Amino acid sequence: MEQKKEPLLEIRDLSVSFRMYSRGLKQTDLRVISDLDFTARSGEITAIAGASGSGKSLLSSAVLGILPDNASVCGRIYYKGRELTPDLQKKLRGTEIALVPQSVAYLDPLMKTGEQADGHRKPRPTEKREKLFRRLGLPEQTEYLYPFQLSGGMARRILVSSALLTDAQLIIADEPTPGMSLEQALEALKLFREMADSGSAVVLITHDIDLAFEFADRISVFYAGTTVETAPASDFRKGPDALRHPYSRALWRALPQNGFQPLDGFQPYAGALPEGCLFAPRCPHRTEKCTVQVPPSREVRGGEVRCYYGA
Amino acid sequence: MKGILPRLGRIFLKNSFKILSLLLAVSILSFVLVNASPVDPVQQYITGLGTAVSPEQREQIEDYWGADDPPAKRYVSWLSGLLRGDLGESAVYRRPVADIIGERFLNSFVLMLCAWAMSGILGFISGCAMGMYRGRRPDRFLKKICYVLSSIPSFWLGLVFLLVFAVWLGWFPVGFSAPVGVLSADVTLWQKVHHLILPAFTLSLVSFPNIALHTRQKLGDVLDSEYVLFARARGEGEWSVLFRHGLRNIVLPALTLQFASFSELFGGSVLAENVFSYPGLGSAAAEAGLNSDVPLLLGITLFSALFVCAGNMIANLLYGIIDPRIREVNK
Amino acid sequence: MNRLNRRGRTLLLLSAAALTFAGIYALGLLLPEEAAAASYLDAGLPPSFSHPFGTDTLGRDLLARTIKGLSVSITVGIFASLISAVIAVLAGAAAAGSKTADACISWLTDLVMSVPHTILVILISFALGRGMTGLLAGIAATHWCSLARLIRAEVLQLRAQQYISISRKLGKTGGWILIHHLLPHLAPQFFTGLLLLFPHAVLHEASVSFLGFGLPPEQPAIGIILSESMRSLSAGMWWSAVLPGLTLVLVILLTDKLGEQARMLLDPFHAQE
Repeated sequence: MEQKKEPLLEIRDLSVSFRMYSRGLKQTDLRVISDLDFTARSGEITAIAGASGSGKSLLSSAVLGILPDNASVCGRIYYKGRELTPDLQKKLRGTEIALVPQSVAYLDPLMKTGEQADGHRKPRPTEKREKLFRRLGLPEQTEYLYPFQLSGGMARRILVSSALLTDAQLIIADEPTPGMSLEQALEALKLFREMADSGSAVVLITHDIDLAFEFADRISVFYAGTTVETAPASDFRKGPDALRHPYSRALWRALPQNGFQPLDGFQPYAGALPEGCLFAPRCPHRTEKCTVQVPPSREVRGGEVRCYYGA
Repeated sequence: MKGILPRLGRIFLKNSFKILSLLLAVSILSFVLVNASPVDPVQQYITGLGTAVSPEQREQIEDYWGADDPPAKRYVSWLSGLLRGDLGESAVYRRPVADIIGERFLNSFVLMLCAWAMSGILGFISGCAMGMYRGRRPDRFLKKICYVLSSIPSFWLGLVFLLVFAVWLGWFPVGFSAPVGVLSADVTLWQKVHHLILPAFTLSLVSFPNIALHTRQKLGDVLDSEYVLFARARGEGEWSVLFRHGLRNIVLPALTLQFASFSELFGGSVLAENVFSYPGLGSAAAEAGLNSDVPLLLGITLFSALFVCAGNMIANLLYGIIDPRIREVNK
Repeated sequence: MNRLNRRGRTLLLLSAAALTFAGIYALGLLLPEEAAAASYLDAGLPPSFSHPFGTDTLGRDLLARTIKGLSVSITVGIFASLISAVIAVLAGAAAAGSKTADACISWLTDLVMSVPHTILVILISFALGRGMTGLLAGIAATHWCSLARLIRAEVLQLRAQQYISISRKLGKTGGWILIHHLLPHLAPQFFTGLLLLFPHAVLHEASVSFLGFGLPPEQPAIGIILSESMRSLSAGMWWSAVLPGLTLVLVILLTDKLGEQARMLLDPFHAQE
């Protein structure tokens, strides 16, 4: 079923690095995203799951073209089949592509929340916003509050509504639910599902893997700034045998309900990436080949995997 | 908005206590200082009279000044006069100090207000320009100007302006607040303005670098913030970011800084008024010091402290009114 | 690499500035009185080969007077900023010592800040009798506040360091800790503070002399030269105002730059953009 839907956003071999000046003039490149492949389809919720520091949030900045000046990007990003150039990004920001950022720090401390949810475009969608606030369980008068008066959950609901108020065809939600009650989180996710059903593509960035299992159509697993596996969510629900990459399986096993088995070792830092497959140092199945060259992305059973041995 | 008055009242009260203690300390300090002076105010007063005095007269004068009383007693009598609004009589002008201060301050006030507004507006706009073009040419250029300006003595700048615009180009008069030899009632508004422009501009340059660099810094912080990143992610352009988020977050700190800079403003006016022979409080202060006019010097010192404290008070109240974070936290 | 460069640049600048100042100072002392003596034949001459800065209305050579004036300014600047910096260290360290002291010092700072500096310097100079003492005291008394705040923050930060508390547990006295741990860390702050104060002190010296409260009028201070030049301005004697003032500005810019460099060397993270 997943092949039926049209890819709205397609990312191939994306790498993002930051130029850093360490010790005077010595310039080092800090690679935070490497050889990343990712696809978001209209009508689907695609989750990006991975530990913190795996480059999830930077991906959204790269897509929107709002990376800091010292970042350099290579690779290809397509939107509706067209190459996503800086000019196109500028045009699409806030109209066709909407972002749900992850914390209250993304709200202007001196602007009332109603105005912030509406955004800078005229006319302001006041009526729609009031309805949306009600659905998200935001108390009346919330629109007159300043960000410092909001709880974390309220702030996130404001941020969510800011994206839902646009007619965006691509919504990138960066950790939208922490701080919300279970009910509120479910309501927010239901709203995302409605957006997807009406034809938008929703990208849900989260480190809450359970949530991704439940709500996403497909899941991309991030590790150290790259995608190791993309597969239908149903495969993740089925268990490790349905998965293709050793890291995905390890993630699955690390869940409380699946035995709580942690994986030894640490995700490598951006400054100290290993040669070859980024997961190789922690991989139980690694061979010499893995430590020399990055495995290419392969199609396996309706999913994609970057592993020589994934099957 | 409710609860704003009580809160402002609290800020006002809290600051008032501090200001009162400071003013009292200033009065004591300045009294001690002028008393420590080797200059004999009585002798100065008599010299100022310009006529010979008999020993009896001299005694009378000494009596009036309380020259034989201990300093503490003299201070108390000065202070009690002060509380009644009597600052004593100027040794040079032979008129009540309070009257002189009132007159002179009116002149200074106009000058300082113009300079204050000019430096505020120009400084703020330049600061915004620097912030928007951070690291690029306009920023580097304006920053350099700010640094150089803060290294130039304002009075010398005034001299150079006087030389260029008044002596060489003849655009402005050389000094004084009005043409010489014209009755003050006959001075037109235009003449007053004409005489005001150069000194006000000179004075405005004293606090210009401060406000400009401060605004630049604050705008830079805002532009680096996550909420501006989000604004960009929503498609806001540079100008929208400046007007929707930048100004909202930097106007208040800038205004507060402007009110908190009354001290530099007053200090600068002393120099500017001297360069341009402008008959304000600043030039009166310098004359009072040079002519050992003790009552006038004390009066002006106290008044200047009051002026500075008033500026600080306004800055604090402003913060209380405008910043919602303070507004609500105190609720 | 860059650090070395910066250090090298700073050292170079420092020695250049020191040489310049020493040169000006020595020249000011060595120049015979006659060099700047009044000579009615030469009154009001524009800049020329024999009088590069021209002469004033009394026919005194303005270059010689400027150099003598600058040497006075430098002396006043050094002493005033030194006294100010010492006050700042004492006040800052005291403020970090206890809550009461902190409140007192903060109130004292507010007191100094509540009177415009120019007025306070006039008052102090009046109290001490015009001249060098009054000038020094006035400038020193008004310039310590911001450095004191910096030192206070630094001491508070240092005291929170582990090795200080360990040293205290080992039974070292407050004085021992002060000398062995605090002072070595405060020294760089002190010297950069001093360097940054210096241009301000020079600027204020000139301003106060200009108003007539500094040195006696026969002394060739820059402020006095400029104040005298005011009277001949309308006669078109531009050089008497422009050239000495410009020299003063250059000296201030040079020291300011020096202070900035020293600060960057000390605190490369915050001073650099």
